[in-house]
Amino acid sequence: MKTLFRVLRYARPYRSSLAIGLLGLVVGTAMDMAVPVITRYVIDFVLLAGHHAWLGWLAAAIVATASFKGVFWFFQRYAMAFMAQKVIFDVRGDLYRHLQELSFRFYDRAQTGQIMSRVSQDVELLRRFLSFGVIQLLGQVLSFAVVLVLLFTIDPVLTAVVLPVVPLVALAVWQFNRRVRPKYQEIQQKQAEITAVLQENVTGVRVVRSFAAEDHEVEKFRRVNWAYLEKNLEAMRLRATWFPLMSLSADLGTMLVLAIGGWRTVTGTISLGMLVQFLQYLAMLFTPLRMLGWLVNMGSRAIAAGNRVFELLDTRREVAERPGALRLGRLQGAVRLERVRFRYQPGAPWALDGVDLAVEPGETIALLGATGSGKSTILQLIPRFYDVDEGCVRVDGHDVRDVRLADLRRQIGIVPQETFLFSTTIAENIAYGRPGASREEIVRAAKAAQIHDFIASLPKGYETVVGERGLGLSGGQKQRIAIARALLLDPAILLLDEATSSVDTETEALIREALRRLLLGRTAFVVAHRLSTVRLADRIVVLDEGRIVQEGTHDELVRVPGLYRDIVRLQLAEAREAV
Amino acid sequence: MHPRGQGSGERAPFRLATFRRLIGYLAPYRRDFALASLSLLLVQAALQAGPYLVKRAVDLVTPARAAVQAGAGVPPGTLAGLFEIAALYVLTSLVSWGATYAQTYFMSWAGQNAIYELRAELYAHLQRLSFRFFDRQPAGVVMSRVTNDVNTIEEMLTQSLLTIVGSVASLVLIVTMMLLLNVRLALAAFVVMPILGAAVFFFSVRVRRAYDEVRNTIANVYANLQESISGVRVTQSFTRESVNLDRFTGINDENFQANMRAERLNALFMPTVDAIGALATAVIVWYGGRLVIGHDLGYGDLVAFVMYMDRFYGPMRQMASFYTQMQAAMAAADKVFGVMDEAPEGRDPVRPRRLSAGRGRIDFEDVRFGYREGEEVLHGVSFTAEPGRTVAIVGPTGAGKSSLVNLLARFYDPWSGCIRLDGVDIREIPQRELRRALGIVLQDNFLFSGTVAENIRYGRLDATDEEVEAAARAVGADAFIRRLPEGYATVVHERGSLLSTGQRQLVAFARALLRDPAVLVLDEATSNVDAATEVLIQRALARLLEGRTALVIAHRLSTVRGADLILVMDGGRVVERGRHEELLLAGGHYAELYRAQFKDAVAKAGG
Ligand SMILES: Nc1ncnc2c1ncn2[C@@H]1O[C@H](COP(=O)(O)OP(=O)(O)OP(=O)(O)O)[C@@H](O)[C@H]1O
Ligand SMILES: Nc1ncnc2c1ncn2[C@@H]1O[C@H](COP(=O)(O)OP(=O)(O)OP(=O)(O)O)[C@@H](O)[C@H]1O
Ligand SMILES: [Mg+2]
Repeated sequence: MKTLFRVLRYARPYRSSLAIGLLGLVVGTAMDMAVPVITRYVIDFVLLAGHHAWLGWLAAAIVATASFKGVFWFFQRYAMAFMAQKVIFDVRGDLYRHLQELSFRFYDRAQTGQIMSRVSQDVELLRRFLSFGVIQLLGQVLSFAVVLVLLFTIDPVLTAVVLPVVPLVALAVWQFNRRVRPKYQEIQQKQAEITAVLQENVTGVRVVRSFAAEDHEVEKFRRVNWAYLEKNLEAMRLRATWFPLMSLSADLGTMLVLAIGGWRTVTGTISLGMLVQFLQYLAMLFTPLRMLGWLVNMGSRAIAAGNRVFELLDTRREVAERPGALRLGRLQGAVRLERVRFRYQPGAPWALDGVDLAVEPGETIALLGATGSGKSTILQLIPRFYDVDEGCVRVDGHDVRDVRLADLRRQIGIVPQETFLFSTTIAENIAYGRPGASREEIVRAAKAAQIHDFIASLPKGYETVVGERGLGLSGGQKQRIAIARALLLDPAILLLDEATSSVDTETEALIREALRRLLLGRTAFVVAHRLSTVRLADRIVVLDEGRIVQEGTHDELVRVPGLYRDIVRLQLAEAREAV
Repeated sequence: MHPRGQGSGERAPFRLATFRRLIGYLAPYRRDFALASLSLLLVQAALQAGPYLVKRAVDLVTPARAAVQAGAGVPPGTLAGLFEIAALYVLTSLVSWGATYAQTYFMSWAGQNAIYELRAELYAHLQRLSFRFFDRQPAGVVMSRVTNDVNTIEEMLTQSLLTIVGSVASLVLIVTMMLLLNVRLALAAFVVMPILGAAVFFFSVRVRRAYDEVRNTIANVYANLQESISGVRVTQSFTRESVNLDRFTGINDENFQANMRAERLNALFMPTVDAIGALATAVIVWYGGRLVIGHDLGYGDLVAFVMYMDRFYGPMRQMASFYTQMQAAMAAADKVFGVMDEAPEGRDPVRPRRLSAGRGRIDFEDVRFGYREGEEVLHGVSFTAEPGRTVAIVGPTGAGKSSLVNLLARFYDPWSGCIRLDGVDIREIPQRELRRALGIVLQDNFLFSGTVAENIRYGRLDATDEEVEAAARAVGADAFIRRLPEGYATVVHERGSLLSTGQRQLVAFARALLRDPAVLVLDEATSNVDAATEVLIQRALARLLEGRTALVIAHRLSTVRGADLILVMDGGRVVERGRHEELLLAGGHYAELYRAQFKDAVAKAGG
């Protein structure tokens, strides 16, 4: 029910369409009711009473009502479709916006396939119900009520005979709905699981193949596919049992009318024309009842789907801007972490356990430490991709939780550890953060990232489409495009998370030179394992298990025993040998 | 920014071959399908008996009423006759009840099972398709085949197909009944048939086109969504949310417009059919009325006629709308079969050759290769990796290092030249066997959602827990795995989120090691791992690599130094080869690379 109301709330802006639809429905239903009246007059008035001249007129009246009804039908159908499509358009838009804004923590746990299944298959079910189901349901309920009244006017006694059938059917509908709804919820869930398994299989195809694990994957899929089949068959059994039951009760009613109504005609309580009219109305009464099973089925399924859609829409954004958040002007670039404690999940070990770090505007900080020591975590807290559990992160003295997210993130350039490019041209990928950037700016960023020459060598240059639908690129090529993308932002703060790990040493040296210039006047955090890159930094911070264990310049740190000196010694030993 | 879906114009006419092939999936269930059809005929027969019974009732009532009016009293047997008709009515509805159950049951059974098979087969086929296929097809499109397209077919197999059979059956029954009741009136009623046929044809062609458009636009919507979800972290990093939303709104709107075009046609279609139907009813009333007046037709017949006519349009309309559904299903089936007809990757040889208990010698002989026609990436690469030796490959990005791995694993086949494993051309080795001999750590490490242990075990599915842990220990992953909330049983989500990048790389490394392969291929396997951990790994590797051949791609030269052979690649060629010391002495490309890496460090140390 709640889901239904929520869908209806989406329909509110289109209530004028809804009104037109209902008007069309009412008029159309009224016209429907007219035809049995005409038949009755044909029998009683024209044929039995012998007013033969009227036959042609009555026949014409049938055509006239149908045409009249047709016009209203058209408006009704069109208006309702408009409403339904608009609602779906809005739901999809809301979903999209919401998905764009959900925090990283949500995506840490989400499966793309599961989400896709909700935004595609579930929304589609909702759409179908809205555009056919709702109006049918309303129409059937309306004509059911009207017919019931009309039946009373023809013969109350006969009507009283059929009436008990109605609660019987209602009971069947209710029972069916109660049982089938959870089944549909499960079916939709299984469908999503199929999508999720598939999604991983397709995106991880290289791993599957290189480990010759195809059989394993097929088995994994078989399990979800089979579960889906079984749930479907369970729902089918319910349908098979309850649908005919609804018709059966309706047939019982018709049977009673035939016997009792026939007798009442013979005794003259009602006329033959009235009996025929009654029977025709009865068909109109029971068609809705028959359809009801089908509609309830559709509705149940749509509500199950709607639940899943709204569940997604209701997922809380963990990182949300507070009302009246501060606007930020151009940042100076001072960054402070104050006694920051943070973990990704409750119960997990602290990823950062009391980190204090103050960075002056324009300073370059190198973060060093074993894998999993918390380097990337620090970088993710600065643009507020996650909120800290304790302490706070300040940028230019403002707690990042107090400022507008867009203002903050727009001034931070990030090269993440893993590169994601969109399926579009290289130029658009580089200009992702500033869609309006000019070609010169794009080229300048590409040059700094040492990728310009490669791009220029491609037949279509900057217009080459890359990503899923385009040219395959080597790991280092992708990474350099990502660097260009971050540089183009002209950010006040630059976060480079192993930005050159897949780049060869020679190219890396060139990028480093370019960076040396670009880093002037910006605050930068650089995570790198190569000493040569670390040397870009003014200050080095060594992390271990979420704590800062050493901090200082290269010269300071090589003098004291510790992780840094170990690393330097290690690499120096090799270097000496090289020279 | 976001791509147009590939608007493959699916204008293909109704394809009998596709239909046959689809029906082929029902073949194992033909018994169920036959039973379903049979039950359906029963249902229809029972249903169409309704107006006939009404006719009998009217025929019974009319003279009785006349007799009563004439003061002759109710003719004997009237009441019994009415009861008989009522009883018959109950009987038909009981038949219809049972038959409906059977029909739903058998049809869903057959349809759902057929769909299960189809989906399973499609998925299994995907496991055998070449990488070229996946290079061409975005993941979203492949997914859409197995989900949306198969769902469309599912609907047809489990519902539409039977509805069509039902509609045809009821039309035939109705026409027969009308003809039996009165030939002249029936023929008169059918006068409007050609108009109706023309209208149905006119609309269904247009409706189909409109729905093609709907499908194309919805494909764009999904493609955009899929990519937006995959790239959401980048989007938030670059605050692109509002620009993306605008684009999506545009694509969403195109879909809305296409839907409205289709709906407009639909909205016109139904009333048109209704109006034509009313014309037929008018003909029946008018002409039938005259026949009744002329005593050529009974009252009961007229009533039955009107009722039958009422029932005529439902199936007609249904057939028209299911025709469009069938079209949709056929278009979907075409696409699904299109995937199924893709030749699987480099087929296994006809006479496969066995690998002798792998020693692991690798030969590349003048291998030329490119990903696309006319764009050669490797220009004649030759080298030999002796059994048990380590070969390192270095060189600038895009030089073709990963491409060598792709060829060795036979993800792609070379254009010319030949690759041998233990002297056997890898094209003559069954693929499974080839890949079983290889343990690969790919540059782009990918983990599945599942526990950490499951991910490592992916390397060898029958490995014991101890073996899994041993592999993790060997790459130095054991310590951090134990610190995870549930140790080896911790669930990592899609792509291994929950682990840091280096940790993911280590898990992928352990996975390859667990395989205990004859040949270990490491494509930048430790690029995201810190120097200290890397040293640990290298020490462990020295032991692990004993007796194995290894192909190691790395940018960090410290990783490369100890190799038995170093290949320096540039622009798709091997430009230098030799041992570390030799190459340094030679003072070429390698020496330069090496010095570049350490120049700074040394300068600093010197200062
Ligand atoms: N799937 C693909 N389709 C088309 N071209 C590709 C594909 N993969 C790679 N290429 C191209 O082939 C060339 C060689 O790529 P490869 O991945 O072998 O380089 P690499 O030496 O491994 O580089 P890196 O060190 O950056 O990983 C590159 O120019 C790249 O653009
Ligand atoms: N999304 C996440 N959800 C849960 N835990 C996470 C997540 N990302 C990282 N962790 C955990 O937090 C800790 C710190 O991870 P972080 O990514 O900061 O490491 P890192 O120092 O960047 O390592 P690397 O050099 O491997 O990239 C690790 O123990 C990791 O397992
Ligand atoms: Mg990291």
